[in-house]
Amino acid sequence: MTKQSRILLIIAVLALGTMYVFPIWKINLDAPQYPEGIGMYIRINTIHGIKPNDLDNINGLNHYIGMKRIEPDSITELKVMPWIIGFLMAFGLLAAWAGKPWMLYTWTAVFLIVAVVGLVDFYLWEYDYGHNLNPHAAIKVPGMSYQPPLLGSKQLLNFTAHSWPAFGGWMAFLALALGLTASYLEIKRRKNRISVV
Amino acid sequence: MSKSHYKKLGYGLLLLLFLGVFGVSCTGTEQAGGRKDAAEKVYVAPGEYDEFYSFLSGGFSGQVTVHGLPSGRLLKTIPVFSQFPENGWGYTEETKAMLNTSWGFVPWDDAHHPELSQTDGVPDGRWLFINANNTPRVARIDLVNFETDEIVEIPNSAGNHASPFITPNSEYIVASTRFSVPIPQRDMSISEYQDNFKGTISFIKADEPGKMDVAFQILVPGYNYDLAHAGKGPSFGWAFFTSYNTEQAHSLLEVNASQNDKDFVAAVHWKRAEECIAEGKGKRMSGKYVHNYLNEARIAVSEQKDGVTVLYPSDCEGLVYYLPTPKSPHGVDVDPSGEYIVAGGKLATVIPVHSFSKMLKAIEDKAFETEVDGIPVLKYDAVIAGEVENPGLGPLHTEFDGKGYAYTTAFISSEIVKWELGTWQVVDRIPVYYSVGHLSIPGGDSRKPWGKYLLSLNKITKDRYLPTGPELAQSAQLIDISGDKMKMLLDFPTMGEPHYGQALPASLIMDKQVKFYQLQENENPYAIRSESEARVERDGNDVHVYMSTIRTHFTPDNIEGIKLGDTVYFHVTNLEQDWDVPHGFAVLGARNAELLIMPGETRTLVWKPQRVGVYPFYCTDFCSALHQEMQGYLRVSPRGSNVPIAFGTGE
Repeated sequence: MTKQSRILLIIAVLALGTMYVFPIWKINLDAPQYPEGIGMYIRINTIHGIKPNDLDNINGLNHYIGMKRIEPDSITELKVMPWIIGFLMAFGLLAAWAGKPWMLYTWTAVFLIVAVVGLVDFYLWEYDYGHNLNPHAAIKVPGMSYQPPLLGSKQLLNFTAHSWPAFGGWMAFLALALGLTASYLEIKRRKNRISVV
Repeated sequence: MSKSHYKKLGYGLLLLLFLGVFGVSCTGTEQAGGRKDAAEKVYVAPGEYDEFYSFLSGGFSGQVTVHGLPSGRLLKTIPVFSQFPENGWGYTEETKAMLNTSWGFVPWDDAHHPELSQTDGVPDGRWLFINANNTPRVARIDLVNFETDEIVEIPNSAGNHASPFITPNSEYIVASTRFSVPIPQRDMSISEYQDNFKGTISFIKADEPGKMDVAFQILVPGYNYDLAHAGKGPSFGWAFFTSYNTEQAHSLLEVNASQNDKDFVAAVHWKRAEECIAEGKGKRMSGKYVHNYLNEARIAVSEQKDGVTVLYPSDCEGLVYYLPTPKSPHGVDVDPSGEYIVAGGKLATVIPVHSFSKMLKAIEDKAFETEVDGIPVLKYDAVIAGEVENPGLGPLHTEFDGKGYAYTTAFISSEIVKWELGTWQVVDRIPVYYSVGHLSIPGGDSRKPWGKYLLSLNKITKDRYLPTGPELAQSAQLIDISGDKMKMLLDFPTMGEPHYGQALPASLIMDKQVKFYQLQENENPYAIRSESEARVERDGNDVHVYMSTIRTHFTPDNIEGIKLGDTVYFHVTNLEQDWDVPHGFAVLGARNAELLIMPGETRTLVWKPQRVGVYPFYCTDFCSALHQEMQGYLRVSPRGSNVPIAFGTGE
């Protein structure tokens, strides 16, 4: 591994570290009755309101349409995620220290799989919340489900839901991009060397 | 022509004469100085805010209303001295004690003068004070939640009118007797007024919430003490009170109290009073009074008190001076610089303006005319700075724009007169409809007025609005005072009878508003923090219902086991933790009130079952899409029945 690749990898690891400090994802809801806004942040290990009582108030609103309560303590992903990111950081540091290209490739590949699985899992989680509704809910709109968008905005009855990565999430994407770039440069350099030989 | 036709003609001629004299033109366009221009100045577009909060006293309603300026829109009624069944004020267990007095529970009063707290002589947006005239009291309203949080009664008083004018750092608010009475009270002939009836001027410590108290009272001759204002800047440490009825009449005052050419402005040196009290010159006088305040659980509690420190002017030299002032003065208003003291002699032909510096010199030179009960009466010529000629008929009250001008209301000629400080020349006048009492300029009695608008608080309404039977809303009129000429902008009806208003820029208070109470900080002993704590408990014949509300149900909503002869306490906690989600509570057979419970708050309604049966209760504040489903049932069994206490929701 070149010094450049090592530096890129270390920056990637540091970027991942921000996920412990900053929210990864932000879902906010717009409605005429909420001029002050209402929404939630997803962090590496919990979910909380943008304002202190927002999560309770979202749960309160969701009960009308029969959505399950969002209970951070009962979401397995939030328990596992700190360990997965921790592992990626440790492995990334080890790869940068050892300087073995295969370690860089492995790190990038694992991260890519984690990212894809993570987003699919997030999608399924949203799908479950949006579709698995209490049949006794007060408000039932035929054909309506309430799955928030994975990325972007979507109208759900009187609310427009917006879902975008937050700072920690953008940093994770940056880390992945750095891993991919480092791997690409490393592969390209080795190819060139081989062709020279 | 019939007799009534002549009568009509007569009225018509009188009206013409009236219009001729005052040059009034009655078309709306001209009154408003150009409709379009005026409309643009008062138009607050949907979703936008008014520039000022204006607090108007409710007069006989006993409350305070909050209007936005320049739109005149009513923003809120703040219940203060009168019970308010709309939200349970004065009915709930948490607020009942706020209306306790030494006379017992008093469910109403006559509230005259709102007064904003000040720092360095400028409204600071912390609190609003207001007086109760009939059962002498003053109240404090907290401007973070627009709720009355303290009321203190004033002993040895009757008709607390000259109140609650404030000193520049909110050290004291003042109070005084409009009606002099025997002090201490005793059975005696009214005809012995002259030697026996006295007035009191009270200073109430005001700068610490929950600790309002009568600091001291000054016993003064038995006149009617009407209005007041504290000095500021050079006159800091003084307060000025108007008096009338120096004739000391006790009957037919409209004639008998209107004989003297001059009555008095009492100049009270409250800094000197503090010294005299420190020197032990105050005397202890009995006098029962009650102090009500919110405890840490936001529940009103009453504290019985007896005895005040009283100063006699003869025991404390330099405490009080009388400034002769024509004639039956009403307002006494200190200009922003603190030098000029303007008195509105309601029967006077001029507005006298006293000079504070001349007053000090007159005191030094002992330029005394006479002395009344140990109070030196200063010579008029020694204290007068100038007289405003031709100020309109019946001048009452003056405020200032901070740009060198004063604005005085003239009740009889129904106009507002603008005049210049220093030259004492009238520079502009504008008719108002009809017969203005007080006026209000934001910060207009402070060191730094925001002199953009003037609100004319009129006493007579007649034809200003669509008629509503014999009783009409009192009318307010907004006048633009930003230019050389006053411009009429807007009429709007008000609640009760606003005797006075105070206004300040919205920016001083809008950002510190409480949006809801933190449930975790609710210290009401009957509060619950979740539905799982909801329950019904019997304690002898008392039944305590610990009930919660959240969109959109009560917990519990089915209650059994109540019997005739029980007293039921509904302790309702609103579990919501969001802005603008109050819930209401009403139960059939309630003879007191409903409840409005703010998010995070607990309120208690007492209910006594009268008939066997099953009775509904429901939410009275439209809270959500399923508000109409927010209800419950309560079963009432006969006396001695063995139906057990049972309760639940959704079971």
